[in-house]
Amino acid sequence: MVTLGHYLIVSGILFAIGFAGVMLRRSLIIIFMSLELMLNAANLSLVAFSRFHVQPSGVPDYNAQVFVFFIITVGAAEVAVGLAIIVALFRARQTTHVEDINTLKF
Amino acid sequence: MSPILFWFFALLMLVFGAAVVVNRNPIASALNLVVSFLGLAALFMSLDAFFIGIIQVLVYAGAVMVLFLFIIMLLDLRAERLRKINWVASAGGVAVALALLVQIFYVIGHLTFSKQTFPPLARSEIDDVHNIGLLLFGNYNLPFQIIGVLVLVATIGAVLLSKRERR
Repeated sequence: MVTLGHYLIVSGILFAIGFAGVMLRRSLIIIFMSLELMLNAANLSLVAFSRFHVQPSGVPDYNAQVFVFFIITVGAAEVAVGLAIIVALFRARQTTHVEDINTLKF
Repeated sequence: MSPILFWFFALLMLVFGAAVVVNRNPIASALNLVVSFLGLAALFMSLDAFFIGIIQVLVYAGAVMVLFLFIIMLLDLRAERLRKINWVASAGGVAVALALLVQIFYVIGHLTFSKQTFPPLARSEIDDVHNIGLLLFGNYNLPFQIIGVLVLVATIGAVLLSKRERR
């Protein structure tokens, strides 16, 4: 049988993959995609807890699903603004490689 | 949901998620991300969250991925050429990610209720979308309006940022 723990472990592995992507990759676009992976891993654990915490009336806890709805909305807005920033950065510097953007580096 | 389907979609999601990080070509990464999100949507549906699953396909596999592909093609990003890899930084990154993974496994292993299966749902007449809508426009009305303002601000911000400055 599939238990709550299975979903949480899958969600944790997905989060770790996204985290490794942010730490290892040097392309801004890929870093951005890895951020999306981490957001969605958090969503998966929220939905799993929503299904686990069944209300006395026999429906899942919809509060968590509304929360996921908000996260998806904010994530979409964040992608729009972030990609606009990447385009502006590319216009100014002709690169999306994080190692070439080191003006503030100590 | 049968365990076979769960493992199939979970592995699909994880393998293609890893491919996003490993791939050198940004377009291949973006397409791998679509498959990963489709697997995730299937997992949402296996948890009886049909509305969230549909939203996931529409927003992420649809809108966000088109935006990513559009930007990659607009900037004409090619496959990254091989640079000198900073081994210390890479090893540090992998070590931190592994430490996070070990910690997550430890915490989940010590949760008492993580071994329990999901309790059954009552067959309800009212569907998923109806319930979420009631909650969204009732209890969470103010956050919903604030989200609307946030999306408006994001739209204006994206337009302003991508406007070419005239000198």
